[in-house]
Amino acid sequence: MSSEKQELVLHPSPLNQVFKDRVKELSGEKVELCFQCGACSSGCPMTQEMDYLPSKVIRMVQLGLEEALDSKTIWVCTTCFNCEVRCPRGIDVANVMEALRQLVLRKKYDRVNLDLLSDEQLRELPQVAIISCLRKLTA
Amino acid sequence: MLMMNVAYYPGCTLKTTAKEFDISTKASAKALGINLVELPRWNCCGTVHALAKDDVMHHLAPLRNLLRVEEAQQSGIVDDKKVVALCAMCYNTLKRSNQAYNADSDMAGKVRESMNNEAIVYSGQVEVEHLLETLRTQGWDKVQAHVTKPLKGLKVAPYYGCLLLRPRGVGVDNADNPRIFEDLLKAIGAEVVDFGYKQKCCGSYNTVHMVDVVADLSNRILKQAQEAGAEMVVTACPLCEYNLGNRQTEVVKKHPKFNGIPIVYFTQLMALAFGLGEDETALGLNKPDPRPLLREKGLI
Amino acid sequence: MTENSKKMVTIYVMGKKHAVPADLTIMKAMEYAGHQFKRGAGCRGGFCGACATIYRKKGSYKLLGALACQKMVEDDMYIAQIPFSPAEKKSYKIDDLKPDASTFLEQYPEIARCLACNTCTKACPQDLQVMDIVQAALRGDITTSAKLSFDCLSCGLCAVRCPAEIVPYNIGQLARRMYSKYTVGPTEHVEQRVKEVKEGKFDEELDKLKALDKPTLKKLYDTRDMEA
Repeated sequence: MSSEKQELVLHPSPLNQVFKDRVKELSGEKVELCFQCGACSSGCPMTQEMDYLPSKVIRMVQLGLEEALDSKTIWVCTTCFNCEVRCPRGIDVANVMEALRQLVLRKKYDRVNLDLLSDEQLRELPQVAIISCLRKLTA
Repeated sequence: MLMMNVAYYPGCTLKTTAKEFDISTKASAKALGINLVELPRWNCCGTVHALAKDDVMHHLAPLRNLLRVEEAQQSGIVDDKKVVALCAMCYNTLKRSNQAYNADSDMAGKVRESMNNEAIVYSGQVEVEHLLETLRTQGWDKVQAHVTKPLKGLKVAPYYGCLLLRPRGVGVDNADNPRIFEDLLKAIGAEVVDFGYKQKCCGSYNTVHMVDVVADLSNRILKQAQEAGAEMVVTACPLCEYNLGNRQTEVVKKHPKFNGIPIVYFTQLMALAFGLGEDETALGLNKPDPRPLLREKGLI
Repeated sequence: MTENSKKMVTIYVMGKKHAVPADLTIMKAMEYAGHQFKRGAGCRGGFCGACATIYRKKGSYKLLGALACQKMVEDDMYIAQIPFSPAEKKSYKIDDLKPDASTFLEQYPEIARCLACNTCTKACPQDLQVMDIVQAALRGDITTSAKLSFDCLSCGLCAVRCPAEIVPYNIGQLARRMYSKYTVGPTEHVEQRVKEVKEGKFDEELDKLKALDKPTLKKLYDTRDMEA
């Protein structure tokens, strides 16, 4: 019997490498660094509205799962950067959320419809709310 | 008193639905020897900051404003290549685009090409500052020296919100343990009430189409402040003021046991402490009305 | 003057090559080449905004805008007309509007999407500061928005090019209307003149003119006092 040791090297193979690469490119974040500690999710103010926790969305990106784009999570994110401040590995989770949103928005998809806002709403809302909402949720 | 002429970027909201912030800012800064000169030909900063790494277009609006600051400095109407912003969202957007311009030469080149019909080229050298930073640099003792009516007995909870402190490297103070609002409140004689949710997001732009969510978040934040003993909340962001202030009507609908609490801008409290009048504190414009509480405390 | 001595240039109208005299405007050159204008022509005097045109020069990536009745042809010009740009003009009653920034947002909320990219300014054939017209409205500065948009023809080139899908000329129009009604207010001299007419101050003069015959009237008209 051969006494040579055999090395077994495991490469994680994401389901969709193209999708994962694109998210990494747009966000500039090294998603591989995430070890699923959950600090981001615990600090997130919007988790009760989300279908997947932020840490789960990062996991989905790591695995190349495009379902992340269908989640409600990415649309209720307020970009408050609580996740960025808490991440022990220095990942800006908000950047990853934005990258996922951009991938959908750039396909001519608007998440909020301006026409459905009434005149009273447009008059009463602070301008910064309308401007930032449209900035974040329209193509 | 030697007046410094400093470029002032009010942002759209301060000129429209948050006039009390603009009025009280100019008045209280003037009392401190800072002449805030509104930036000529400023444009909407296009908040929020463009996070996608390939985005160039959304940097144009903030950077064009910084170009205007340089123009203003060159023409002599302001002393330095510095701009003071008050709205936390504008501050964050201007500062981050400035940082990106200086870090990403590719994007900077494209931006310069796009703005090639401007009179000058933006050098990247403008400093974006929040008024709180200006005050801290000047020294809290200077602020205290101008107080003629310390806000004795007023229990105020500082509400930072998100974009004033985050992300790291952009915020005006330590994101984990900020002190800047507390120091200001102490300098003007108010009693500081610390509470756990002072940095929790108010829901931001979700107030446009997901009012329920904002009502819940506001309820949690304000209830905690009240349980810690606060009578009033102070902020630096017009969106926070709206979500925690005007939106209280929505909070009450969902949480009938909710007790209202007034929320004002920090410059309004400063103006009050400096002994300035009704026209400068503009306290009549906030919703809910803070004046009954202040009258009760003998402060107006 | 023969055809040979007259300078000709090459233009491309919607892809088709034509040789046209160099001293013509785009509009006249297109008609020279055989096109008949059913849309896209109006006053022919640079005032109505009907003949909005976009063009490129060979070798340059720049996309430029012009009025066909004003712009002279140049060699190797690639031309296309934009006789109509789709835009919705909101219905409002000027008496019911409040002269502030929120009114602009109420009627045209898309101005919140303005990127300050300046593409509109670059497209304008009248050299107006279009970006400033929209930004002034966002700031609630109706006076600046109105004054800057005074020479606007509503030709639509800015609207077609805006990445935020704003129609800047609608903003300028609303600004001018609110400026006139609320900032400038009623024009006293006009109201005074109307009062005088109603009181019959000019009745005698008008009756005299109406009684004249055509040649006398024509002579009177030709020799009238004119401002230089």
